[in-house]
Amino acid sequence: MSVLSLQSVSLAFRADRDSRETRLVLDGVTLHLASDEFIAVIGRSGSGKTSLLNLAAGFLKPTSGRVSVDGADITGPAADRAVVFQDDALYPWLNARDNVAFPLKLRGVAKGERRLRADELLAKVGLESAGTKNIWELSGGMRQRVGIARALASEPRFLLLDEPLGALDALTRTRLQQFLLKVWSESKTGALLITHSIEEAMLLATRVVVLAPNPGRIIADIPASFGKQLLSGKSLQDIKISPEYRRLHDGLTGLIHADSEEEAA
Amino acid sequence: MTINIGAIAPVAPAAPAVIEAQKPKRSLGTLPVSLATIAAIIAAWSLTSAYGLVSPLFLPSPLIVLKAIYSVAINGFVDSTLAQHTVASLLRIFAALAAALVIGIPAGLAIGTSRIGKGILDPIVEFLRPLPPLAYLPLIIIWIGIGEASKITVIALAMLPPIILSTAAGVKSAPADFINAARSFGATRLQILAQVILPSAIPSILTGTRIALGAGWSTLVAAELVAASRGLGFMIQSAAQFLVTDIVIAGIIVIAAIAFLFEILARLLERWFVPWAAHR
Ligand SMILES: Nc1ncnc2c1ncn2[C@@H]1O[C@H](COP(=O)(O)OP(=O)(O)OP(=O)(O)O)[C@@H](O)[C@H]1O
Ligand SMILES: [Mg+2]
Repeated sequence: MSVLSLQSVSLAFRADRDSRETRLVLDGVTLHLASDEFIAVIGRSGSGKTSLLNLAAGFLKPTSGRVSVDGADITGPAADRAVVFQDDALYPWLNARDNVAFPLKLRGVAKGERRLRADELLAKVGLESAGTKNIWELSGGMRQRVGIARALASEPRFLLLDEPLGALDALTRTRLQQFLLKVWSESKTGALLITHSIEEAMLLATRVVVLAPNPGRIIADIPASFGKQLLSGKSLQDIKISPEYRRLHDGLTGLIHADSEEEAA
Repeated sequence: MTINIGAIAPVAPAAPAVIEAQKPKRSLGTLPVSLATIAAIIAAWSLTSAYGLVSPLFLPSPLIVLKAIYSVAINGFVDSTLAQHTVASLLRIFAALAAALVIGIPAGLAIGTSRIGKGILDPIVEFLRPLPPLAYLPLIIIWIGIGEASKITVIALAMLPPIILSTAAGVKSAPADFINAARSFGATRLQILAQVILPSAIPSILTGTRIALGAGWSTLVAAELVAASRGLGFMIQSAAQFLVTDIVIAGIIVIAAIAFLFEILARLLERWFVPWAAHR
């Protein structure tokens, strides 16, 4: 089992292009993601969620603190941490199958095998007949599924997802949440999901982390078991009316809401 | 009766509007007007000649020009047929284009991806770009002689700046997420360059190539006016010396027609090779 760790990580951006002044975006964030966990990070817009994910991915370097995998500091992005982007970031010059096969091509996997593996993954995300489709012919939900299949093709130890379902309609979103949960449970990868939705965080994650803004810091880190309940066959409705669910939902809403009142004051 | 018509009237115009909205729009809107303009110009030209308003020495009639095209095509002019002149010119253009692409695309990639590359190449491109190619043609003739090489070099130099600059712009237009995605799948710098940045830049490179063809084509004709023994520019220049105005005009029309065909070809290439560019 692997662990992706952020230890007392702070991140500052320059306030302006030409000024030396900096603005603290993340302040002393410590978070450990084991490869059998599903952590959801919620927080208001601008609280530093994407910055957190970019640090974990290695796209950004922390101003202070450490980012490491199994104790070794990361030096940048690498294939053990695959990212799924909010606006899919699929390559329009490749069809759906070749997008999924892209990480395999980088690794020098032979063409025939690449195709086979990509088709398997497309089938896994329910898109077996879409392999030769152009990216612009796919719906938003299909694109995100291709993006997830592409990340899985990389066989990462950690999946980093930045609001992958944010742009979808409510129905598609609910379907893809369940799909994501299933994919995660079968794949033995650690997942870090950034989301705006308290409900999404609660239904998918084994831990829900709340980020408060200005500067971004973790104000809550709460275990959740609703995903397990969903996987074991309990219905969404039953889960949502359980007192346990209501309590956590109210608690998290309070945390995020209290925080915005503090800001208004 | 009137009541019926009144009731139906508001509905009827709506139906075609729906059908129109479903059809993908084609940009043929200005074509009829353009065709009419061309027809009007030819008519005015014919009338001018027919009524002898201008001496045929200066402006031969369209029919005479058409005959000139036919005669040059069959019998040739200054030792070569129209086809030979045209092929000579086209060979120069395509040789120069090949050279400009081979040099320009890597140069543009270097400018777009590396500070050092930009530092080295920017001043060179900015020096070359505003220079009229004919200003340095004599120097190049001094350096490498009056043969094919000097003409191809001048044309290639004229084509280089648009190709380099459009490649560099295309590199810049590659979305950061595209590059970050590849990095998170373990791509090396070279793989990112070849498999993400270059494909992202291709629409822009094609646009640059189109501009380069235009620049190259005008440089070609000018270069052939100065030093050649075959080619459309040379044909026009020779005809002008003997005041064979119909062949001068014939040459101009052929040059315009080829430039027009280039433009259509470039657009077709765009549609075939980067259909996704329209969906970004
Ligand atoms: N490259 C950058 N340079 C300067 N400031 C930045 C940069 N990226 C992000 N920021 C700032 O850092 C803060 C956190 O941004 P971040 O994108 O991490 O927030 P977020 O929680 O992901 O927001 P959202 O929910 O809207 O996506 C914001 O105030 C933003 O303006
Ligand atoms: Mg964000």
